Amino acid sequence: MPAMRDFFQRRGKFRPEEQQDDDRAEHHIPEDLWIKCPRCGELIYSRELERTDRVCPKCSYHFRLRARQRIAHLLDPGSFVEWHANILTEDPLAFADGSGSYDQKLEQTRAKSGESEALIVGRGSIEGQPVAIAVSDFEFLGASMGSVFGEKLVRAIELAEQHREPLLTISSSGGARMHEGLFSLMQMAKTVSSLAQLGRAGVPHIAMLVDPCYGGVTASYATVADVIVAEPGALVGFAGPRVIEQITRQKLPDGFQTAEFLLEHGMIDMIVPRAELRETLATLLRHYGEQIDAFAAESGIPVSSNGHA
Amino acid sequence: MAMPEQIAVAAPSLTAWDRVKLARHAERPHALDYVRELATDWVELHGDRAFGDDQALVGGLARLGAHRVMVLGHQKGNDTKENLARNFGMARPEGYRKAERLMRHAEKFGFPLVTFIDTPGAEPGIGSEERGQATAIAESLLAMADLATPSVAVVIGEGGSGGALAIGVADRILMLENAIYAVASPEACAAILWKDAARAPEAAETMRVTAADLAGFGIVDEVIPEAVPAHENPRAAIRAAGAAVARHLDDLLAAYPRADRDALDALRRARHERFRRIGAWRERVPVGDAL
Repeated sequence: MPAMRDFFQRRGKFRPEEQQDDDRAEHHIPEDLWIKCPRCGELIYSRELERTDRVCPKCSYHFRLRARQRIAHLLDPGSFVEWHANILTEDPLAFADGSGSYDQKLEQTRAKSGESEALIVGRGSIEGQPVAIAVSDFEFLGASMGSVFGEKLVRAIELAEQHREPLLTISSSGGARMHEGLFSLMQMAKTVSSLAQLGRAGVPHIAMLVDPCYGGVTASYATVADVIVAEPGALVGFAGPRVIEQITRQKLPDGFQTAEFLLEHGMIDMIVPRAELRETLATLLRHYGEQIDAFAAESGIPVSSNGHA
Repeated sequence: MAMPEQIAVAAPSLTAWDRVKLARHAERPHALDYVRELATDWVELHGDRAFGDDQALVGGLARLGAHRVMVLGHQKGNDTKENLARNFGMARPEGYRKAERLMRHAEKFGFPLVTFIDTPGAEPGIGSEERGQATAIAESLLAMADLATPSVAVVIGEGGSGGALAIGVADRILMLENAIYAVASPEACAAILWKDAARAPEAAETMRVTAADLAGFGIVDEVIPEAVPAHENPRAAIRAAGAAVARHLDDLLAAYPRADRDALDALRRARHERFRRIGAWRERVPVGDAL
């Protein structure tokens, strides 16, 4: 949309008053109205950013999305049904440090984020294709994986298997949650073990990796998928760049750990811009959905009310 | 050698950080020391068939008492020179891919799998990222979780994060008394939680990384006692571990005869259930359900 883009260039009478003094402009932009692209510095009118699903119209930088924004963007309107929002974590280590207990930290995080945990699971449809979905929310303790994250994901996997609907996971995460110690680490084994069962049942797992995704999530369920999709520019890896720099004392190459780097090294199937995501996923889901139906028909399994066996 | 009575008094006074230091002790026996002491007919198998052979994660066939088994283990060096070759026991993607290859090999021929866990963690590095460290670990987890042959894992020293778990998704998880097993190294934990790696001793305490803690949580099945720290009497520690491994292998092979397909499916289900249960959560009953 070059015409639209020109319209929002910093010139002409639509420039906000605050920007007239260029030196001070950055400090006076009302945040709710104009948003600065962290990559190219372009000032984007907030409503324009909503129209592009939070992609910079100038440099295509994909702004991070909250879990519910992703669900709203991706699923057919009104199709999402949430599961298991009522599972809450315990405090198995009786964790406490100078800044308080884990329970207190969770209370604050719940209030601040508006979510009960770092993973939201449920089912819905994309262009009419049913899908079980699990989306992590980076605003909830860095979408770290603890007991509830693992339990909700496993239940979503089991429901996907039961309904014979493809599973879509959308992951950004800082890794395992420190506050639950080895319980968190074991969620890697727990989720992967459930995916092994899903795989044996012939139900596919499509994984989307979004910015940023590291540690125990990347090294478990998020990369043992039948199809791996990443968002443009997303940073994805095992160890974080600062850790690698500190330990190796080497300068990291340009573009290190970006989605493009992963594609080049054969670690993912494709990079899909946000604007094309629904269509790409719908196409994939049609492949697997028809396959599941055909298999069910051939093996005489009765087809359930949702269209799949 | 110290008298057992003295040890019984001394041992409980060790802090978690003391145990971290014991687990990392340079002279603590490493995986190949266990193989040398316990195994006959050892044949090391090398390479991932794709990129290289990782010296930090070793594997091969061995006879352990009555059983012929596939052994996998992280391998730390006994001196600086060997540690450089072994990368301090920090495996790279080719190490985990070798592990996955040998797991499938074990399954193919019905060898039970015995793993020795002893690593600070998987290697963080440019090359490791380029070759898919995360994917290599994840694929190893997947292979081991679903393996149609019994497995016993022993944490003999440092159980460091995902790099340790990659060969730890076993039917039985045993730990030496002074071994540790943690979601991240105490230094990394302290850095993540408090932005101060120097608070590692405090993190070790808070994270509950000792064998006794983890047995209490039901994550570890058995703690193998060390009458004295393993580096002071390596043979005693190794033999105690060997006896425990043999006992669990006997049990598993009796319960799940390897020629019986149904038994192997039951074994995989039991392993799945074991990990499926791990977690600490509660379910709030939705108000609507009362109606």
